[in-house]
Amino acid sequence: MATTDTALEHHVHEHDHEGDAWDGAQSPFKASYGKLMMWYFLLSDAFTFAGFLITYGSLRFSSPTWPVPDFVFATDPFGISAYFGSAPLIFVTFMSFLLIISSVTMVRAVQEGHRENKNGVLIWMILTIFGGLGFLGCQAWEWTNLISGENMSLTRNTFGTHTADGYYLDHEGKKSAETFREGESYLIHRHAAGGHGESHEAGHGAAHEYKKGEQAGYMMDDQGFIHRKYVYADGPLKGQTQTEQFGPRAFGALFFFITGFHGFHVFSGVVFLLIIALNVASGVYAARKNGYEMVEKIGLYWHFVDLVWVFVFLVFYLL
Amino acid sequence: MSHVSYEQSKKNVVKGLILLAVVTLIEVVISLFGKGHIFKGVHGNVIVLATCGLLIAGLSLYKAYFIVYEFMHMKYEVKGLAMSVILPMLLLVWAIIAFFQEGNAWKNRREDIKNRDSQPAAPAQEGSLLSPDTYQMDWKG
Repeated sequence: MATTDTALEHHVHEHDHEGDAWDGAQSPFKASYGKLMMWYFLLSDAFTFAGFLITYGSLRFSSPTWPVPDFVFATDPFGISAYFGSAPLIFVTFMSFLLIISSVTMVRAVQEGHRENKNGVLIWMILTIFGGLGFLGCQAWEWTNLISGENMSLTRNTFGTHTADGYYLDHEGKKSAETFREGESYLIHRHAAGGHGESHEAGHGAAHEYKKGEQAGYMMDDQGFIHRKYVYADGPLKGQTQTEQFGPRAFGALFFFITGFHGFHVFSGVVFLLIIALNVASGVYAARKNGYEMVEKIGLYWHFVDLVWVFVFLVFYLL
Repeated sequence: MSHVSYEQSKKNVVKGLILLAVVTLIEVVISLFGKGHIFKGVHGNVIVLATCGLLIAGLSLYKAYFIVYEFMHMKYEVKGLAMSVILPMLLLVWAIIAFFQEGNAWKNRREDIKNRDSQPAAPAQEGSLLSPDTYQMDWKG
């Protein structure tokens, strides 16, 4: 019992000295409950995204080849790339700019909130919403192009990669002038699709009548995908005729799940921004006289969405 | 809540926008350079690719720092709050090392299996075979 008494005494003693940090009515972090919990929610969300991106990394490391991002993501709407020849990563850079700009307009909205300037908050929030919608629109285009133009799906990756230098065979199975280098990616086109949006191989098979099955210069599978044949000019398989294979299967699933999860965050962010903008307009937050703290909280979330995109951009497109 | 004057903070926002945009552009240029889009000569050079990758990752971390500390106002928060959010992130350093190592091990293991499968199985040696009647039961009915 003696020990208990001492401990109790000690506790009381300490209590007198330290003041009342644990008595409540004080916030050691000098932040409101809502803001603090937003930070911890974002921390947990960061771990979710980190888990996804690290999964991408480890699967990429586990695969002997991986589609080259500046080949996969070299497309953009309205044929803009036609003016430059090719425009690798340009469209996705534009998407990044959209998110950065919407992040900046959000900062402005929070600043106007601190000044209790209702109209200022509203205008900058609306601009932020437009930024988010623009980003979602770009992502919708990118997905549409990948799914219906390039036939990517959760389980099919139409982008393969060469493991050595070599040259392609023409339709009769003779050596063609078209060469490739080690580490270059190719896209397996689908014959049945006809008139698919993007053609990475200029002048390839324009007038040729493709037949199903194993042919001299290509192999058309049951789904109409044309796997072209090629010969490696060096490496362990030198001189052997090869047939184009689909790339690592995980690529499509990882891409759609991770960019989809991020896009869903952007979408929910836009919804929350809309709700809070309506509340701003109705004067709810002006009445609270707390410097539009709700705008600050959704601002934290919105910046986080931009922050995650920094890493999605890094992992999927730049590396 | 205002730590700097309103005019000053408006200017800081524009500066932040320019900074993030420029860093992003630099990242894209480095990435395209590493892949051999700018000078054909560096195509497939592993050292160039790895250096560019590390540079871009570093720049991305800088962007993340900037967004958290400037845009999300972490630098105006109490240190304890900042640390309670940032220190747990250090766990990810180990996660990255461990899982990338694991992924690499999967690749090596698969290649090993492929190599062994492609070799013809070694014929069993005479002495190591069991005698043909080993599994015959001697039930006399």
